[in-house]
Amino acid sequence: MDAAWIALALSLKVAGWATAVNLVLGTAAGYGLARWRRFPGRELLDALLTLPMVLPPTVLGYYLLVLLGRRGPIGHWLDTNLGIQLVFTWQGAVIAAALVSFPLVMKSARAGFEGVDAQLEQAGRVLGLGPWALFFRVSLPLARRSLMAGLLLAFARALGEFGATLMLAGSIPGQTQTLSIAIYEAVQAGQDESANFLVALSSIVCVAVLLAAGRLMPARNTP
Amino acid sequence: MTQPPFFDVQIAQQLHSRRGGTAFRLELAFESQQARTVLCGPSGAGKSLTLQAIAGLNRPDRGRIRCRGQVLFDSVRGIDLPAAQRGFGYLFQDYALFPQLDVRQNIAFGLSKGWLNPSRRARDPRVEHWLQLFELDRVAGQRPEQLSGGQRQRTALARALVGEPQALLLDEPFSALDPALRGRLREELDALLQRLQIPMLMITHDPEDLAFFGGLALQLHAGRLVGSEAQP
Repeated sequence: MDAAWIALALSLKVAGWATAVNLVLGTAAGYGLARWRRFPGRELLDALLTLPMVLPPTVLGYYLLVLLGRRGPIGHWLDTNLGIQLVFTWQGAVIAAALVSFPLVMKSARAGFEGVDAQLEQAGRVLGLGPWALFFRVSLPLARRSLMAGLLLAFARALGEFGATLMLAGSIPGQTQTLSIAIYEAVQAGQDESANFLVALSSIVCVAVLLAAGRLMPARNTP
Repeated sequence: MTQPPFFDVQIAQQLHSRRGGTAFRLELAFESQQARTVLCGPSGAGKSLTLQAIAGLNRPDRGRIRCRGQVLFDSVRGIDLPAAQRGFGYLFQDYALFPQLDVRQNIAFGLSKGWLNPSRRARDPRVEHWLQLFELDRVAGQRPEQLSGGQRQRTALARALVGEPQALLLDEPFSALDPALRGRLREELDALLQRLQIPMLMITHDPEDLAFFGGLALQLHAGRLVGSEAQP
């Protein structure tokens, strides 16, 4: 069963990094969409950034492969200038998982920031805070609950990522073979016992994450 | 030589409706030589817009705003000092206390400008002074939601005053209170202003505030000044 624990550890690592990436990018995008009221293409941008949630993961994986592959425009540049290759690496799996779960963080961050009382931000400005201090001391703490719930959902989604990850990172045991990919491989190979264990493990982890998300979800007015 | 006026305001601003038409037009000019200025008018007269323009929370289309000779906003010269640098104390209508911070942290909020909120355990002598003065020391560790209306107002006032602002801007300071408390807090504020010798500009829809605080009384209606009267 060692292979199962290795796959679980890899899944947690990939999902953890993907969530960390989204903590920054998803929060920034959500904040921008919530505050940038005069930008006319705001709802269109929101829709475009939500696409990864509704597109089939295999389609996303294909896009990533085309862009990040060694002959793709970004992949080629990374390879020749920085010597970085993303296809068939765990970092590639992080990118796939981050992309698929990004909209969950962005959406809840936007809702959280839109729920912040504008007067509280005005109070912060009058009391002498610059834009960054205002963000970290007023906006972020007040949007915290919604943001945390989004991050946990994104973590759960990243943990279960299959299609895009398989397309971009493949299924290399110990390197890119996450829990959900290991299950697929086990079933394909007819290893029922191994598959049962992996499925049980996967279910338990997901329930634990959702319970944690549920505790943060109820939208209280005062955090 | 005469002193520059406390407030010298001359602003114009148009608000547009969703369809692009003009929904509201604000155009007013006043100069106040008195330490107390009360801007009175019905809701929708443009009082809040004016107060926010002075505080730097709203940017007028054109005009200029000066406080004691210092230019805060001048559309011709391209000056628009950020709210954070105008040095006003601002009392919001609903007090706008930070719900995640306790009373002491709320008061200490503006004393540090870094990326972190003041700690619950920090003790700043300036904050402790205001806590005692306003009899808030017993509730210093409580969140705003646990306070009474009067305590909330005093917390907001202490937060606005602890940084020693050059003037106090008050947005309907008594409208959130029940009538019994209103009279008492009016007198408290009056005494405080006299003791601190700090100029103030108040907006209100309540004519009683106008009569009580004296100073320069300005009547605003539909974005225009319709009357002004200086009381001793």
